[in-house]
Amino acid sequence: MTKGWKLYDQRLAWVLVAPVLLLLTLLLLLPIAMMTVYTFFTFVTAGVESAVLTFDNWKEFLTDSYYHGFLWKTVRVGAITAVICAILGYFPAYFIWATTFRHKWLLLLLLIVPFWISFTIRTFSWIHILGEQGLINVVLIRLGVINEPLPMLYTEGAVIMGLLHFLLPYMILNVYVSLESIDRTLIAAARSMGCTSAQAFREVTLPLSMPGLGAGLLLCFVLAAGSYVTPQLLGGSRDALFGNLIYDTIMGQLNWPMGATLSIVLFVLLGAAAAAYSRYMGLSQIMKGLSA
Amino acid sequence: MKLTTTKRLERLNERYANGDISRRSFLTLTAAAAAATGLSMPWMGRALAAVSEVRFDGWGGVVQEAIDKYAFQPYTAKSKVKVVQGTFGDENEIITKIKTSKPGDFQIVHSSGVNYYIKYVNGGFNSEINEANIPNMANVLTAMIEPFRKITPKLSAVPYDYGTTGIAYNNKVISPEEAKEKGANLLTDTKYAGKIGGYADMTTRVWYAALQTKQDPNNIQDMDAVWAKVRETRDLAKKFWSSGAELMDLLSRNEIVVTDAWSGRVAALQQQGQPIGYLDPAGSYAWMEDMLVLKGSPMAECEELINFMLDPATSIAVAEGQNYPPSLDPTKVKLTDKIAALPAFDPTGSMKSLTFADPLYWAKNEDAWTKQWDRVSKGA
Repeated sequence: MTKGWKLYDQRLAWVLVAPVLLLLTLLLLLPIAMMTVYTFFTFVTAGVESAVLTFDNWKEFLTDSYYHGFLWKTVRVGAITAVICAILGYFPAYFIWATTFRHKWLLLLLLIVPFWISFTIRTFSWIHILGEQGLINVVLIRLGVINEPLPMLYTEGAVIMGLLHFLLPYMILNVYVSLESIDRTLIAAARSMGCTSAQAFREVTLPLSMPGLGAGLLLCFVLAAGSYVTPQLLGGSRDALFGNLIYDTIMGQLNWPMGATLSIVLFVLLGAAAAAYSRYMGLSQIMKGLSA
Repeated sequence: MKLTTTKRLERLNERYANGDISRRSFLTLTAAAAAATGLSMPWMGRALAAVSEVRFDGWGGVVQEAIDKYAFQPYTAKSKVKVVQGTFGDENEIITKIKTSKPGDFQIVHSSGVNYYIKYVNGGFNSEINEANIPNMANVLTAMIEPFRKITPKLSAVPYDYGTTGIAYNNKVISPEEAKEKGANLLTDTKYAGKIGGYADMTTRVWYAALQTKQDPNNIQDMDAVWAKVRETRDLAKKFWSSGAELMDLLSRNEIVVTDAWSGRVAALQQQGQPIGYLDPAGSYAWMEDMLVLKGSPMAECEELINFMLDPATSIAVAEGQNYPPSLDPTKVKLTDKIAALPAFDPTGSMKSLTFADPLYWAKNEDAWTKQWDRVSKGA
């Protein structure tokens, strides 16, 4: 190899990356900066604010337990959804990876089929499954299992169900990509050293697929905690998440300064989760999963 | 919309004859028009013809379908001006969009009367309509125009229809007698716990809670009692709906058996054969809707469209289609039997039989109550 040879020219790299950096600055950093400035504006009346700077919005957020309760609830629902996604999603991913089925691509295609239908329509479809006149209740009543319809719709359970439906493919893809990167000879070696199938899975496959599982957990948590449509459609009035609070503050109360404050809070919370993951697992695994 | 030069000059002449502009302004504008015509180049005509569409945003569903079918489509056929339409479920949503767009992006809004009119005025989004360009306004009920004029003497909106938010009930479960006897208290009847609905809107919730606590919704003395009632309804409710489509869906699927509801949407369900009864209890919440022209809109074109919409034939057809009485004065325009049978219809034209929200009283409390409602609705 020639001494001093570089994989890329630094100036050329900057030129090539510049458009993306510019877009990120204009479409991400600048809006966030503007939102941050807005958090210090004064709310005058619905739809009207003044540029008189104040800490009132932050003070309200920090001292009002109403917001803290919803923040905690959002974290809880996000975490529950992510964990259930992990439990339900690992095995299909493992199956797709391990199968000797000739048309494995078909299984992967099935995973992305739901994305061909609008997210909102898919969420609405749960109303006709979980509702009092929905599929489950009608079948159970006709079978004589229940006399009265089960209250399933407009509950926290319905929200989590809707989120699972939306997020499960992300988990499966992440785990699958992670499993694909495992050198199968390691498993064969473990077996040849006397491991049972279960031991080989526990000692080799599972630890090596942890980055994918972790990436799936992070993605599912972040997307669930930031969701707004699913709780709006499938949840009752008490099943709102922090995103719904932001929506109501901005779109209902027309109070942009407070809405901006709540948005920055959620951004920091989700950013912290991503930063923590990056610190211990590295974000590159997520990129692999998304590009699968 | 393309207005011919002749039409523009006719309007100018009309404004001068009506005393809307001075003689000097009239002559100046006429001279300018003549100079512009004389000096115009071939490309100028194409540039001037650029306003070939008007933007309209409304409530969607059966209401907007009726407006589209009976007003916009005939208007487009007649004038070649396309009406580009958008919808919203909550008017605050469109106010947010207007706030974040440049003047002229949104032009006409099917707005919820005076309460919201104040918000547009506070935000500086209102325009000034030249009423001389809307001769059909002469048929509009004075009682509906006056509240707007109290806020801005130069109007930005023209009242178009009105209705009530009364009590809708499944008459297979609740008899008309029971509904009449209990009235607004049906919304807190524990007998129907888990089968009650309501509009997810502060004004409606506070209004009905005021009625339930025997207070005047336009002069509430005990807000604690009102919020307690709002919580009571919340705890008994299955779902607070947030659009007309959702209301109709909940009622038709029997998810709820009683709710406060928009009169026109209930009439639509009844026409579909659904077993839904409707009752306006004493003090039922009456509201009006208007066609609001926003700042930056092509005024002449918007005024022409609104004038077309207010033409008695158009207005009556729309009213029958959307099931809300029109703003036309029944003492001046002969309305149909179907309209006379619509809920909330006031044959006197005085509107005294209906209780509207006092815009100034509600505007004063709107911010605090909306914030509190948002909290109560989420379990606080």
